[in-house]
Amino acid sequence: MKKILALVLTLCMVFALCAASASADAKGSVYWLNFKPELDETAQQLAKMYTEKTGVEVKVVTAASGTYSQTLTSEMDKSSAPTMFIIGNQAGVKDWGEFAMDLTDTPIANELTTDAYNLYDEDGRLVSIGYCYECYGIIVNPDLIEKAGHSMDEIKNFDGLKAVAEDIHARAAELGFDAFSSSDMDGSSSWRFTGHMANLEYVYEERAAGAVWTECPATITGEFMPNFKNLYDLCINNSLTAPTDLATGGHDAENEFKTGKAAFFVNGSWEYAAVSGDVPNAVMIPYYCGVEGEEKAGLNCGTENCWAINDTVSDADKAATMDFMVWLVSDPEAAGLMVEQLGVLPYKSAPASANGFLKNAEEYTADGCYVMDWATNYQPNVDDYRAALVSALNQYNADQSDANWELVKTAFVDGWAVQYAAANG
Amino acid sequence: MKKGIFKNPLRRWFWLFLGPVVAAFIIGFVWPFMQGIYLSFCKFKLISRTTWVGFENYGKAFSDPTFLHAFWYSALFAITSLIFINVLGFAAAYALTQGIKGSNLFRTVFFMPNLIGGIVLGYIWSMIFDGILSRYGTSILLESKYGFWGLIILMCWQQIGYMMIIYIAGLQSVPEDMLEAAKIDGATKTQTLFKVTIPNVMPSITICTFLSLTNGFKLFDQNLALTAGQPFIIQPGGTTVKTTEMLALNIYNTFYGSSSASQGVAQAKAVLFFILVAGLGLAQLAYTRKREVQQ
Repeated sequence: MKKILALVLTLCMVFALCAASASADAKGSVYWLNFKPELDETAQQLAKMYTEKTGVEVKVVTAASGTYSQTLTSEMDKSSAPTMFIIGNQAGVKDWGEFAMDLTDTPIANELTTDAYNLYDEDGRLVSIGYCYECYGIIVNPDLIEKAGHSMDEIKNFDGLKAVAEDIHARAAELGFDAFSSSDMDGSSSWRFTGHMANLEYVYEERAAGAVWTECPATITGEFMPNFKNLYDLCINNSLTAPTDLATGGHDAENEFKTGKAAFFVNGSWEYAAVSGDVPNAVMIPYYCGVEGEEKAGLNCGTENCWAINDTVSDADKAATMDFMVWLVSDPEAAGLMVEQLGVLPYKSAPASANGFLKNAEEYTADGCYVMDWATNYQPNVDDYRAALVSALNQYNADQSDANWELVKTAFVDGWAVQYAAANG
Repeated sequence: MKKGIFKNPLRRWFWLFLGPVVAAFIIGFVWPFMQGIYLSFCKFKLISRTTWVGFENYGKAFSDPTFLHAFWYSALFAITSLIFINVLGFAAAYALTQGIKGSNLFRTVFFMPNLIGGIVLGYIWSMIFDGILSRYGTSILLESKYGFWGLIILMCWQQIGYMMIIYIAGLQSVPEDMLEAAKIDGATKTQTLFKVTIPNVMPSITICTFLSLTNGFKLFDQNLALTAGQPFIIQPGGTTVKTTEMLALNIYNTFYGSSSASQGVAQAKAVLFFILVAGLGLAQLAYTRKREVQQ
């Protein structure tokens, strides 16, 4: 009996060893830790297609919304760590840059049409490479604007936007719809303001200084806080939901816009697929906020979707991952699926985009408008920074006093310096 | 005696039967625990790549004002919730052992909230509280005191039923002859309760206070889902105090939120947290045990 037991155990051990060595064959394998939940289905399909075609094993895991850094931290510790992961902003470069392979002059880098979305570390190594870009601004339903007796031509700056929005809000009962959809401050929605709308302040600071940021500044001046306030006030005070009801959320802004209950919706190009079915001629306009010369403003274009290759895995795995990446952006079928999901791929052989909002962004650029870059990606200790901002905005929403706006300013401007010091201390 | 163990062939194999449990305990508890203590002395991003830094992390943890705030807030919460949960739990148990109609139904209903997960509860209650508070133009996220009492109400709602079940078991084991003797001796209901019943259910009180004290300190899900530390006090200069952040949430936020080198500090906080909860729990156990009577 004992002998049989020993034999079984030995066999188990031998098989385990064989299995371990078999998986690490010369071909290498790919493990893609995906960051966008909406891409998951397509990514799984692409992985299957690639394995059928080449025999290279591809595993795709998607982190649940908002938990990417937690998932990455634990996955990177495993013996089969992700070979392909996301470094989406400068904070990410700081945390994970040392684990990323230098992508300079690699096949994937040579496929790119622009360097605009790539991220470099302090030593100038190309640690991650943009695989799609996005834009955000204010999504508008032109039909409702016209129904209210206005035209899109009136909205060319903040004064125009304000006049239209306030008129619609004042006549909301009569018109049957309101100006802005709800600006909830819960986790599922607050980033539209603390992350995206806040960007206008950073961008105009950059423009005032005459240069875009290339690394996180230690402090910001807050010079354009009044402009942030202009647009923010307009949003919360001319909306379906009273400002005092925004703290815990529970309103569905996307649905309010889709069902024609609101004419304006603060969001980004990834919403195109969701809203274009119900509002086929929806357009996106820039954040007009009362800055001089803003008639020439464009949309906020940038990305947090940047691939990095894990430098700590075997050379075979790195090579396999590189091949897989190139295939994703150059194979007609694969790149087609990617474009369908992501809107646009900044790669030479990828098909053109059908996303209306990204087209809007291109039109603004073609008209000579300036692109608002995603300076918001530099927010230091982004979760803590935004959490403080949300708390301050909650106080302000409940009581729009000057004292409460001072708190928002403190969280916005001084909070930046505090979080910068914490992240770099 | 020793010889006896090894003489008996069955006893010679005791390790084989103990083995799986001991192995599971070591893999699932002892090893991660030791590793956690080790990590609290290290600076690390991944737990497989660590740099030894000695007591630096502990220094940082002690000098972190948010940690101290979270400690006092948790202590206040734990004590308040301990009192409310146990008094109300005992009262419910006492009422439901008096033979009123439908006792079993009440017991089931009171116990049910305990079966719902903390995160879900937190979100549901935040909606309930805000449904009421928004009528007065405010929100649970705007006032620390609403956040505090909101969490107390939530925890009472969830925990009273559980403690009630333990108290009912205790009350049912109070010897009938003692109660009868008290009655014959002319004791009033109040006298019977405080002089006979309560001393006899001391073991239940011990376990219930232990559970609610440690639960109060360890609370995480409900805290995260109900307020996540809001409202913050935004201090001049830009630093913040998360007024309703408890210890476990503070540790979590330190690990994932703050600077890239703060994982070690979070780990040190977690070790301190363990010592605190274990110490308090044991002290409280020793104290109430002394008050238990032998039947």
